[in-house]
Amino acid sequence: MFKRLAEAGAAVAITVDGKRVECRAGDTVAAALIAADIDHCRTTPVTGAPRAPYCLMGVCFECLVSVDGVGSRQGCLVPVREGMAVETQIGKREAGR
Amino acid sequence: MNASDLSPAYDLVVIGGGPAGLAAAALAARAGLSTVLFDENPGVGGQIYRAIASSPVKDRAILGEDYWAGVELAAEAGASGASIVTGATVWSLDPSRLVGVSIAGKARLIQAGRVIIATGSLERPFPIPGWTLPGVMSAGGAQTLLKAQGLVPGGRSVMAGGGPLLWLLAAQILRAGGKIDAILDTTPRVNWLRALGHLPDFVLSPYFSKGLRLLREVRARVRVIRVDRLEAVGDDKLREVVFAAGDAEWRMPADLLLLHRGVVPNVNLATAAGVAHAWNERQLCFEPVLDEDFNSSVAGIAVAGDGAGIAGGTAAAERGRIAAIAAVRALKPEAAVPDLQTIRQNLQREAMGRAFLDALNRPAVSFRQPQGDTIVCRCEEVTAKQVRDTADLGCEGPNQMKAFLRCGMGPCQGRLCGLTVTELIAAQRGTTPAEVGYYRLRPPVKPITLSELASLPITEVERKAVER
Amino acid sequence: MRTADVVVIGGGIHGCSTALHLALRGLKPILVEKDYAGRHASGVNAGGVRQLARDLAEIPLSISSMSLWERIEELVGDDCGFVSHGTVLVAENETELASFRARVDDLRLRGFTHEELIDRAELKRLVPAVADHCPGGVVSRRDGAADPFRTTQAFRRRAIEMGAEVLEGVTVTGLARAGANWRVETSAGPIEAPKVVNAAGAWADRIAAMLGEPAPLTVVAPMLMVTSRVAPFIQPVVILRGRKLSFKQLDNGTVVIGGGHLATPDRDRNETVLDWDKLAISARTVWELFPAMRAATIVRAWAGIEAYMPDGIPVVGPSSTSEGVYHQFGFSTHGFQLGPGTGAMMAELVATGSTNTPIDGLEIGRFRDQARRQS
Repeated sequence: MFKRLAEAGAAVAITVDGKRVECRAGDTVAAALIAADIDHCRTTPVTGAPRAPYCLMGVCFECLVSVDGVGSRQGCLVPVREGMAVETQIGKREAGR
Repeated sequence: MNASDLSPAYDLVVIGGGPAGLAAAALAARAGLSTVLFDENPGVGGQIYRAIASSPVKDRAILGEDYWAGVELAAEAGASGASIVTGATVWSLDPSRLVGVSIAGKARLIQAGRVIIATGSLERPFPIPGWTLPGVMSAGGAQTLLKAQGLVPGGRSVMAGGGPLLWLLAAQILRAGGKIDAILDTTPRVNWLRALGHLPDFVLSPYFSKGLRLLREVRARVRVIRVDRLEAVGDDKLREVVFAAGDAEWRMPADLLLLHRGVVPNVNLATAAGVAHAWNERQLCFEPVLDEDFNSSVAGIAVAGDGAGIAGGTAAAERGRIAAIAAVRALKPEAAVPDLQTIRQNLQREAMGRAFLDALNRPAVSFRQPQGDTIVCRCEEVTAKQVRDTADLGCEGPNQMKAFLRCGMGPCQGRLCGLTVTELIAAQRGTTPAEVGYYRLRPPVKPITLSELASLPITEVERKAVER
Repeated sequence: MRTADVVVIGGGIHGCSTALHLALRGLKPILVEKDYAGRHASGVNAGGVRQLARDLAEIPLSISSMSLWERIEELVGDDCGFVSHGTVLVAENETELASFRARVDDLRLRGFTHEELIDRAELKRLVPAVADHCPGGVVSRRDGAADPFRTTQAFRRRAIEMGAEVLEGVTVTGLARAGANWRVETSAGPIEAPKVVNAAGAWADRIAAMLGEPAPLTVVAPMLMVTSRVAPFIQPVVILRGRKLSFKQLDNGTVVIGGGHLATPDRDRNETVLDWDKLAISARTVWELFPAMRAATIVRAWAGIEAYMPDGIPVVGPSSTSEGVYHQFGFSTHGFQLGPGTGAMMAELVATGSTNTPIDGLEIGRFRDQARRQS
């Protein structure tokens, strides 16, 4: 869906649901998911519909993911870091996950 | 900076690091106020100057000179002595100017002598059928991806809507080598007639030549189709865009649909702080009630930038300076400040041409007040029909609607449904949005974890209670 | 001029319930509400429907209320979101548990059996997520929770269907004798009726002042916060005694955390200012009691405005100065469960002059006596 301009930053690797995903320094988690063509980052707690990042400026809360074990983080506000473990959120998350 | 490095109190707390916030913090800090600026993003710049210090887009022609004007603003703020804290989410502000902020999972309450809210604008909700499908994004989102990560649409891409940002983004994407298959222009034809009266003013404004050049640049390379109906279709993600003008309907396969219908003030923090707001019929949005120095109805709290009413990035910086001068005069009257009259004149100049843009870009009723199963509240998945039916049953306002349908109760706190719900209720009940009002908003205006809240320093009162 | 059999002042759950029960008795009530029904505490409280841990003076009203809650759909045509999974009072240590045991024993001697002492194993069975250090507690198994705004609206709607008139956005500005009637001055003109019920919540002292009757209420705003939706993990409502906490998960997955830490209310502006230092105390309590909640996300916090009496129990019964006027306010942050039964009792009292439900100890005169003693 998206392609990168040549000048992007240094390579950084994170995992998404356990799978290695290459991204670049300067990516947010949401941008990294989009760049990796990951279709959706969560399903809704109401009907289970798939959702993907929408606004990328912290207002829509569509890009909620679990980051290093903390759930419901706004992926568009969290910069990637080497080794970061991202998990997509399916429906209602468990309390405390 | 960590939460524990913050002072318990500052003369001035600026919330938001876009042009208004940067200009305000720079001026206030130079005048000697202890100043902290919080921004929740990884870097300053706001949306207009997003990633100004880190953008991988080095060819200055791609984003344009208006973008790079942000470099100077950011540098000024950085050198001013103000503490600029990014990755800092402000989740509460109360009328006594106590600011709740979280940095890296730790929360603090900071006492501000004065507060300048500079949280800017957000894109007007654009509730069309299918707008929740993966593959449908806001145009502003795509612009962020370009500015901050150097990502451009590369597949089958369609843009839809109207307003200056849509055309600017189209030009930026094309210059960067991205792909746009079509632009679906939802501007009602009648808007051109309505805008005509403001044409003389517009022609003299800087918007005129810039706008014309952008339109030419984009139209030369992308098919532009005027539409009055628009739908995103797909199962688990976007498959095609369906659009219609008059009786004719077209279907266009697409991986990406970028929506934009102008911007409106982001009122969440100011509303939760108790700042009075009023309906702006020309711009179809709520905005804070402010005096000429951008002081709000709550003592010591000002709102500057597009959060004070949409006027653009250059105006935002001037507004930030005016609010900062008011803060300096209140707290340190002897300090030297720049000439206020000059700044006011600059601001006045920026207002030229806005009336034309507002009239031209006024969204059609059908795109503001959706029908049927179109989702209005994305978080709680509440449809237009549910809102309309509940209004017909006697529900008079958005706050009762929250209780009946849970619209606006999800994590986005109504940012993507508030205006739609207000307009739908007004339409069903045959009254005005001004009469219907907006959601009462509650802190935390951004969600915080229980652990973050628990991390607030333990007060003396609590310590004594535990020891006893 | 409007006339009615009874003017009910206040559109909270108590006013709406009383209006409904008056209408059910064939009387014509007019309810006057300054905002809209359920705007304040009745619409935004934690929704606990609790008989557990009540003051002795309230227990008869609470028990009669409970039987109405259990047939709430029949009464108001809406299930009000009422679910019955019990309330559990958790003991955090052996000393607390011992005091709970004494209370339960005392209630039994008085003939009340709704509170039941439970040991560690039963506590873990009822509330598996509770921290391991808790040695037991008390359960009231018929207790539950309901949706407060929906409930208040349901009472309002059914009251109207049964013949009550509900005037919203109308303020009472005066109250005076007019022959055999009371003349209630409002922003929408005067209303005359032989009987008046003061169910004006945090504003009830202003109505009482029109009668020259002291009603030393404190305006309070207990704070609540709610998390985003999480998977179901707890069924009963959980409360504490030593520390302030009430805790419950709704059907939609969100968790409501309350317990009585107070915001600063402004009853003239309908506003409250939250106290985050105190909400942080709640957060720390939950952090210790329910470790699984530590990463839960708080999405909203709020506070409803209501009245707290000096002795923490409500004012229910006839005015001590003015015949034909009745009081029903000051529920001191625990009035939601009492709404249905108190409305029924009040309608009986207004219609017949007496009631079978004991309300001893709740009369307004206790404050006049107190004022006299102090002076």
